[in-house]
Amino acid sequence: MDLRLENIGHSYGTLEVMQGINLDIPAGKIVCIVGPSGCGKSTLLRLIGGLEEPTIGRVVQVGEPPSDSLNPLTYIFQDFALLPWRTVEGNISLILKDYGLSDAKAKAIVSDVLSRTKLTDFRKALPKQLSGGMKQRVAISRALAVNPAVMLMDEPLSALDSQTRELLIDDLVNLWTRKPFTAVYVTHNLNEAVRLGHSIVVLSRRPGKIRKIVEIVKPLAERGLGDADLDAKQKHLWNLMREEAMAADQELINV
Amino acid sequence: MSDAKQKTARTVEFRGGGFAPQSKRWIGLVTFILLIIGVEIGTRSGFISNLTVPRPSDVFATFVELWNSGLLWKHLLPSISRLVIGASIGASFGICVGVMIGLFSLVRAGLVPLVAAIFPIPKIALLPLFVIWFGIDEMSKYALIAFGTFTPTVVATYGAVDNVDRSLIRMGQSFSLSWSTIVSKIVLPGAMPGILSGLRISLAIAIILLVAAEMLGAEYGIGAYILEAGSLYDLERLFVGVVILSIMGVCVSALISIVEKRLLLWRI
Repeated sequence: MDLRLENIGHSYGTLEVMQGINLDIPAGKIVCIVGPSGCGKSTLLRLIGGLEEPTIGRVVQVGEPPSDSLNPLTYIFQDFALLPWRTVEGNISLILKDYGLSDAKAKAIVSDVLSRTKLTDFRKALPKQLSGGMKQRVAISRALAVNPAVMLMDEPLSALDSQTRELLIDDLVNLWTRKPFTAVYVTHNLNEAVRLGHSIVVLSRRPGKIRKIVEIVKPLAERGLGDADLDAKQKHLWNLMREEAMAADQELINV
Repeated sequence: MSDAKQKTARTVEFRGGGFAPQSKRWIGLVTFILLIIGVEIGTRSGFISNLTVPRPSDVFATFVELWNSGLLWKHLLPSISRLVIGASIGASFGICVGVMIGLFSLVRAGLVPLVAAIFPIPKIALLPLFVIWFGIDEMSKYALIAFGTFTPTVVATYGAVDNVDRSLIRMGQSFSLSWSTIVSKIVLPGAMPGILSGLRISLAIAIILLVAAEMLGAEYGIGAYILEAGSLYDLERLFVGVVILSIMGVCVSALISIVEKRLLLWRI
């Protein structure tokens, strides 16, 4: 299943935050969205998954999602959004509740996703016992449990320290290499974008428009920390964003 | 460096202490015991006159007498049953209405002003009204206690529902969970800490109203016992009654602490 954004525009009252966004999200690819703070990248992600309605334009699903996909558009949030009163296992089984699965089937799904994210030993732990990185792994395995057609990732690694971030980038690359998934990945971190994105969409500052789309052909598994060609891409992206970011930084917040 | 050697060296002073509550179990009990010993010594030495405060040992003797005569349970049991029935009616209605206010804007718009209007009414003032509505016996007492517990529970509950982390609800919606699953598995557990701390206040109010209800037309009950002792100026018996009420309050509070410990293990 592909996604297509047709002429999306969005405003809060009189404040226009986004304008004329046309974008294709092809199946099996990771599309990163970067942009200066306040350019509406998280809003765009909420529009794509139907958590918010665009003022104009529409988001189209092209083709049917795979029949075994329970929740085609699935989010991973920056703050993990784990229920603190449920164990790791309980957090994952909760979201399977409303799909009419048998207990045995639900159990099988939970243990499958836990082993794919190497969390099997932690399945009885409460979120308060886990580090930030482990919490996000739980959130990732919860998202995998519903077998999404498109993963919508809202700054998933931004709340983590840089070492943990590096580990989780590797995890995501491994997951994708074993079984390619479609994802829209919003981030403000250009390094994450060049490591994980097949294409990188640069948004301008408010009202957000697509400034440029940068493609990276190098396979995900071959990308590493400090690769010269990725560094060049990252520098290129930074040059595209630099002035916008500076202007955005100096804007008075008046929302 | 040779300069550094001549300078005086001293340890950086620790200044990060305090402001961290620790559980010190027995201090609470010690406070009570010291206070009672103080009053005992004061009344024995004549420093405090017997008319001001009765001697704790006399109060204790009166209590033992009450226990031995079998009247203690005759007074205590009806009181406890009134408290349990009245408070459970009030608290359960309160939690239901509070959750509805938290979930539905229409209910909120309609009921919040009403709750604000009845909250400050001293419920004791309404006792005659309840007697007319429900009769002089048990029903009017249940009604008074229920009504008094209801309003604070409502206010605490809808506040607690409002404070449930919106990002968790968003998460539920993003996984296409049904409305009822979101309410029962995300909103209610998330509101539980606030509801329980609201219950602490509501149940204390229930004990106050219990006494008020029993002062009017009850043969047995702690309130009736206190009223009788008060009208005879029998300070020993009055104090026995008051102490029993305090103990009831402590028990209720301990009960809620146990429930909190069991239900809220997940809190940091």
